[in-house]
Amino acid sequence: MADKDKKEIDKISGVETTGHEWDGLKELNNPLPRWWVWVWLVCILWAVWYWVLYPAWPVPGGATEGTKGYTQFKELAQSQKEILARQQEYLDKFENASFDQIMNDQELYAFAMAGGASAFKDNCATCHGSGAEGSKGYPNLNDDDWLWGGKLSDIYYTIKYGIRSVDEQTRISQMPAFGKDGFLDRKEIDAVVSYVLALSGSVGDHGEVEDYSLGKKVFAQNCATCHGDNGQGNREFGAPNLSDKIWLYGGKREDIFYTVYNSRAGVMPTWKNRLDENTIKELAVYVHQLGGGEDENYDMSSQVDKEKVADDAKQEQPQSTKE
Amino acid sequence: MSFLDKHDKLEKNSALLLIFMTLAVLVGGLVEIVPLFRMETVIEPVDGVRPYTPLELAGQNIYIREGCYNCHSQMIRPLRDEVVRYGHYSLAAESMYDHPFQWGSKRTGPDLARVGGKYSDEWHVTHLVEPRDLVPESIMPSYGFLLKRGAKLHDLDDHLRTLQILGVPYTDEMIENAQKDAVAQATGEERADISGLQARYGQSVNARDFDNQPHMVSEMDALVAYLQVLGTMVDFESAKAVEGGE
Repeated sequence: MADKDKKEIDKISGVETTGHEWDGLKELNNPLPRWWVWVWLVCILWAVWYWVLYPAWPVPGGATEGTKGYTQFKELAQSQKEILARQQEYLDKFENASFDQIMNDQELYAFAMAGGASAFKDNCATCHGSGAEGSKGYPNLNDDDWLWGGKLSDIYYTIKYGIRSVDEQTRISQMPAFGKDGFLDRKEIDAVVSYVLALSGSVGDHGEVEDYSLGKKVFAQNCATCHGDNGQGNREFGAPNLSDKIWLYGGKREDIFYTVYNSRAGVMPTWKNRLDENTIKELAVYVHQLGGGEDENYDMSSQVDKEKVADDAKQEQPQSTKE
Repeated sequence: MSFLDKHDKLEKNSALLLIFMTLAVLVGGLVEIVPLFRMETVIEPVDGVRPYTPLELAGQNIYIREGCYNCHSQMIRPLRDEVVRYGHYSLAAESMYDHPFQWGSKRTGPDLARVGGKYSDEWHVTHLVEPRDLVPESIMPSYGFLLKRGAKLHDLDDHLRTLQILGVPYTDEMIENAQKDAVAQATGEERADISGLQARYGQSVNARDFDNQPHMVSEMDALVAYLQVLGTMVDFESAKAVEGGE
């Protein structure tokens, strides 16, 4: 053991040795820097203070609660209370306002547009596109071609209950799979596809068909009940208008053939359980103003400067919450 | 400070050093490991959480195999932004049957803890085949091959049995019917008898042809079945009782 009075200094490094020696090799005594040791000790003290104040030690039946009574849940509730208080100024009125009132009140309308724009980004854009332009199977919401109706109340219903969703009140209809289930043979389907193409003035890639009589007959017997005599569609069944050139699943001959043969059944989820009533209302207003909203006898031009509000809403879109 | 110099007593006495090292390791072990033997003290029970069906479990295995957890978390933290975007924060009980849990630690893509029911099956299939068809700015890889590969079902009973050993409440009946249940769930009510599946896993179990390929149970079926059940099990009304602060 080293004698304290007899400290040996290593000649080369000038550092004191510990006094250990193994086969002539000696160990230098380089202790941790003092500042480091002090920080370490303070950390231990800090941990003790933390154990007292905050939830820390797991014990039977839960964990020590800490004298501050802190939980993340309480903190969340508090921060939600704060944001709600800031919205409450508008929500009080908004909650009980009819669509009629919202559309005729500059302030409520602006509130709905701002809330709708941000909720759209988080929830709707994934299918309908960030500009609501849609894609194959997911309708474009900017145009005035509506499957289930473009009034505020229609849009509200669709968002709330969904289409072919799991909700009991969902909008639902089912086009038969005319080919797969054997209602029509290939020749009949070919003929009706030509006829459907002709309804919107398209000829498809097989060129002009001279005789539409078979297609017309098949259409009248099988399709007209839902799509209308002239293919103008029926919103009661969500049956698309076939006489325009807007196609949800593509307007090529093979696309339409696929649709008639296998049928299509797009699904929109119900948002009732995910979004609160106010958010659904905001979204309905937002989607309605995207371009194709239909009138429900609102005189929207009178008091609301719609374009200005729409521009504001676009500019005020929240920053992405991506991490 | 002389007490700071005492360490040379330890360093120069190997027996003493060994004793103190053992003590330090033991304390660390006690503090970190022992609480895990008493999981019930930290997982508050909620209604509705059930073990995954065999098909969902096959889906989870694919989720792990493909490394989905590298970019997607399954953990909604109790923070306002996350709750607004993803829904109710995750409860401990929701991942108590996950082995291993899929909380993840990085979000290149969005959190998936409550993705179940948010999109249609068709959306999931299209998106997995080519994410950019639906989300142009997406950088997620394509997983189209899942449609062509048959899901591995023959060893599902072994997976269930292993989880049973780990404490997941699978019954022997569930293990026995694992493969049958998986096929029934991926086929759907119209063409298969799903009464057994429903009796074992509840009425609300999703049973349908997820990938619209009636001729086979593909890996796509399994993965979509798994995604569609994520975060949908808990009965939030009953969960309110275990949430602090309200």
